[in-house]
Amino acid sequence: MARIQFDHIAHSYYPNPETPADFALKEINAIWEDGGAYALLGPSGCGKTTLLNVISGLLRPSRGRVLYDGTDVTDSPPEKRNIAQVFQFPVLYDTMTVAENLAFPLKNRGFNKTDTAQRVKEVAEILDLTTDLNKKAAGLTADAKQKISLGRGLVRSDVAAVLFDEPLTVIDPHLKWQLRRKLKEIHEQLKLTLIYVTHDQVEALTFASKVILMYEGEIVQIGTPQELFENPRHKFVGYFIGSPGMNFIPCSIDGQTARVGENSILLDPETAKRGSEAGGSLELGIRPMHLQVTGSSVEDGIPATVKSVEDQGSFRILTATFDGHTVRARIPEGQPLPDKKLWLTFPAHRTKLFADERLVI
Amino acid sequence: MEKWSDNRAWFLVLPVFVIVAFSAIIPLMTVVNYSIQDIFGPGNAVFVGTEWFEEMLTDQRLQDALWRQFLFSGLVLLIEIPLGILIALAMPKKGWGVSASLVTIAIPLLIPWNVIGTIWIIFTRPDIGLFGVGINSLDLLEIPFDHTARPSYAWITLMAMEVWHWTPLVALLCYAGLRAIPEAYYQAAKIDGASSWAVFRYIQLPKMRGVLTIAVLLRWMDSFLIYAEPFALTGGGPGNSTTFLSIYLVKLATGQFDLGPAAAFSIIYFLIVLLFSFVFYQALLHVGKGEKIA
Amino acid sequence: MKIKKRSFALLFYFFLLIIPIYWMLNMSLRSNADILSTFSLYPANITFKNYIKVFTDPTWYSGYINALIYVSMNTVMSLAFALPAAYAFSRYKFLGDGQMFFWLLTNRMAPPAVFLLPYFQLYSTFNLIDTHIAVALAHCLFNVPLAVWILEGFMSGIPKEIDETAFIDGYSFPRFFLTLFIPLIRAGVGVTAFFCFMFSWVELLFARTLTVTEAKPIVATMTRTISATGLDWGLLAANGVLTIVPGALVIWFVRNHLAKGFALGRV
Repeated sequence: MARIQFDHIAHSYYPNPETPADFALKEINAIWEDGGAYALLGPSGCGKTTLLNVISGLLRPSRGRVLYDGTDVTDSPPEKRNIAQVFQFPVLYDTMTVAENLAFPLKNRGFNKTDTAQRVKEVAEILDLTTDLNKKAAGLTADAKQKISLGRGLVRSDVAAVLFDEPLTVIDPHLKWQLRRKLKEIHEQLKLTLIYVTHDQVEALTFASKVILMYEGEIVQIGTPQELFENPRHKFVGYFIGSPGMNFIPCSIDGQTARVGENSILLDPETAKRGSEAGGSLELGIRPMHLQVTGSSVEDGIPATVKSVEDQGSFRILTATFDGHTVRARIPEGQPLPDKKLWLTFPAHRTKLFADERLVI
Repeated sequence: MEKWSDNRAWFLVLPVFVIVAFSAIIPLMTVVNYSIQDIFGPGNAVFVGTEWFEEMLTDQRLQDALWRQFLFSGLVLLIEIPLGILIALAMPKKGWGVSASLVTIAIPLLIPWNVIGTIWIIFTRPDIGLFGVGINSLDLLEIPFDHTARPSYAWITLMAMEVWHWTPLVALLCYAGLRAIPEAYYQAAKIDGASSWAVFRYIQLPKMRGVLTIAVLLRWMDSFLIYAEPFALTGGGPGNSTTFLSIYLVKLATGQFDLGPAAAFSIIYFLIVLLFSFVFYQALLHVGKGEKIA
Repeated sequence: MKIKKRSFALLFYFFLLIIPIYWMLNMSLRSNADILSTFSLYPANITFKNYIKVFTDPTWYSGYINALIYVSMNTVMSLAFALPAAYAFSRYKFLGDGQMFFWLLTNRMAPPAVFLLPYFQLYSTFNLIDTHIAVALAHCLFNVPLAVWILEGFMSGIPKEIDETAFIDGYSFPRFFLTLFIPLIRAGVGVTAFFCFMFSWVELLFARTLTVTEAKPIVATMTRTISATGLDWGLLAANGVLTIVPGALVIWFVRNHLAKGFALGRV
């Protein structure tokens, strides 16, 4: 169990990087608290696997220091850092049994037979692998194999952190939730630091207590799933989190309202004030589930035309256009859908303002 | 892995089946035909059953050639397989060294086999060959080196030529097999604190099972059937010391024009290769594998 | 330290490998008389006579062209036949699959001499003697089984889940096979292409038996270096050096496929 810190970390895969574009990881300063469950979330290529490999020591960063509990481990190889890593697909020693697989890290560190066997038994119990201990690892199902991969990490009681690189990729969909639940159990039971990389926001938001959203090599926001959803600090967060993502409409500030073409939208007074103070290009942001839709004219409502409706089961996604802008609204089951014309209302306390893609606070 | 059960897969295999069966069945029928008859002339043949087979199986010279052949193939496998693996492990994974290594080891494989024999003749000649001159200048041998001076010299030259020629095949296969191992396995091994030997034993070697099977089978078959290279190098001599099975077979068929015994010999020959191939195949398939869960 | 030892050993092995080649190169740049009379570590009196002969005499250079034609045909054919078959063996269980797989390889287990006469008769019947396609087809006998075996091995290293995911994502089988699957097994395809090329290139018996003049390959022409005055070592050596070139080019072209292997992470 360790507290991991990144001090001015940056990494480039090129030997002589020049422009910021050459860096897979742009400057990162972050702290992962001991015992926390973190999700590294972001689209493909955003640098999350690179970051994970810098944490584990499989990659030595071009710049900066990595600290474990205050000690500089930047030059330490993975085995000295005592971390465990679970990969996208099960990585096992096929010729060994499950028990031998689990015992392997301990054997290499010189543990004696009795202690090793004891530890293997404990870990197998936690992971429900006890009945499989003497079977050859190669013949088991994918989820069992991933558990073994995880087990090899847990078997060392002094493991600093367990890192996961999209571990559910090859798991059957109906078994994914089982494994996710098992991971949460382990977190509660063993109080280990867990860092989980994924591009699937559902996985991230259900697994983690803190989500780290990454984009193009930078950390865009760190926060609880709730914070990321309600107060996205960056346009990208608003866009990436939520399905569908946040609506963005270019606007200008006029006193306490935001003007979008001919339409006026009343804003929260604080937001409006800050918005007029902030410079740069302004955009309105509102989540589809907060955007209100009515079939008949309402005060402050903006007239719009229906473009399409998608039925997602328990709710519908309605796409509408007004003044050349396209927005999406999430309509719960049961609420009647307007035919062609509709009126949009933007509740002031849910409407966010973004200046140059950053949240205006 | 759990395979899908579907007989329509035969359509994917059909072209291969047709072309190979077509190429193989006709000669097979011809050979079997000749092996059980004594042909005196066109249209004048007598069925002799297993007579040729019996004659061949009791032929002393055939038995001698057979033992020489086993010795040769045994040595080939014992030397070339481990050596090929070591070379593949030593070859670079990235950078310009990759192309250079691949091209270099491919070169011996690309030379026509009769030319290989001829090159090694010159190479080992005591007057104008680098190897021959070199060894003799060391003055360690009683009888000066010439590749046909003594049976042992012939064998040494033959083995040197053979290892030089074919080890790259094993190395190439193993190299491709090694490159197919995902990096994650090496990363996991690092994290687990595994030694290089452990990495070899538990990751690399098991994952090379497929390519090693092919390498062993190919070298077994090709070395047991070998003809052009030893024939070009020594012609089977000195005396009979390097007369392997193929060389003897050709001598028999062309020398005496007796197709019957030659055909019977061919069938026996084929069956020996088949038997051992099957044994190797089964062994390599099942080594280290555990029970599968249904 | 370990890395250095390894490279040193490898370089030493390469050195040993190159020596006979160097000797052949040495001979190719000397005249026959020179070779037979003096032992010399390098060609003192360099002559390109041997090479000039090959490049200017049609009977010689046509040998290379002919060989290149049927070898390329054979490599393409073998790969084309073998890829679907290997996929079937790797992914499907069907009647006789295990037996058929092993049977394929048995076709390489008979002494080649056995096939000569029947093949000659067979191809004569179809008027295919002295054509490139005849040799290309004949070589399929041993190259197709090999190709199927090697490709199947590499294909089985790719988890079936990848196929399933692609089909669920809406890929048609041809599109999946060509755009997703083959890139994953590129090391296997590279190795197979090289081996098919190589075995076909060096094969002598069928190539000589089934051709006369039009399709006569260099391997057969080279045996004509024996004349009344004995073996023309210089000419033989020059040809020996030149026969290496096409195959070396092939392996150079597939080097990236061989070296890159497969990376599941990029799927």
